[in-house]
Amino acid sequence: METLTKTIQGVPLNHYILLCSIIFSIGVIGVLIRRNAIVIFMSVELMLNSVNLLLTAFSVYRGDATGQVFVFFVMALAAAEVAVGLAIIVMIYRNTNSVDINVLNRLKW
Amino acid sequence: MSTFYFIAFLSVFFSILVITAKNPVHSILYLILTFFTFTVHYILMNAQFLAVVNFIVYMGAILVLFLYTLMLINLNKESEPRKSNLVKIVGVIAGACFLAVIVAATKTLGTSQPVVLNNPGLGLVKNLGKILFNEYLLPFEISSVLLLSAMVGAVLLATKDTKTA
Repeated sequence: METLTKTIQGVPLNHYILLCSIIFSIGVIGVLIRRNAIVIFMSVELMLNSVNLLLTAFSVYRGDATGQVFVFFVMALAAAEVAVGLAIIVMIYRNTNSVDINVLNRLKW
Repeated sequence: MSTFYFIAFLSVFFSILVITAKNPVHSILYLILTFFTFTVHYILMNAQFLAVVNFIVYMGAILVLFLYTLMLINLNKESEPRKSNLVKIVGVIAGACFLAVIVAATKTLGTSQPVVLNNPGLGLVKNLGKILFNEYLLPFEISSVLLLSAMVGAVLLATKDTKTA
């Protein structure tokens, strides 16, 4: 494990920020361009995970374990959110026979 | 050091495949690969507890839940109409603008220090458990209430409602 952790000993913090913001932007683009509700949900998961990685990087950078505890809470929250969200998607599919979000425009006007 | 850049490239590559794959099942499988690269990132930062939790909770529980829901929802027909190209282009431009703002804000930080793990026991289960059960005991218990209410809500939403209601 020592040799593994030595491999990151030169990566600047900026590169972690760049990686996480790229993946977060990919999640945003996925929410904007897809119409399948499940794929949109997966893009949200991608955004949550990029923020988790960034929190961990900051936690290691500062030498403070609070960030990693926070990531643990975010993961618990994500599990709860996925359970409720997928239940809502299943209910939508049962009522409209589709998971296309363009069908769900009854709240639009 | 080059290990980080290789894994970072794989993360970006698979996450692009997640949002571009036409078949939702392929999307979920690529998402599993993306989360695996995130687990490798955690291991590289010696955050062993988070690596294990990411592996079990995300790759094990959440994505199996996604696959299971996809099995319940019949998507084998050509049910997903494609968005128009204009909406796609505008979406990609909006996301790129968002990325550009963050990158520009990061550039103004100037040079950043390298990430160095000073305390090797930082992310171990022993250290995190001590912090979790001393300082963060109340949020930990509240999160158990959150999970319970989420379970009740999911069961309530997903059960077939009788037409008498």
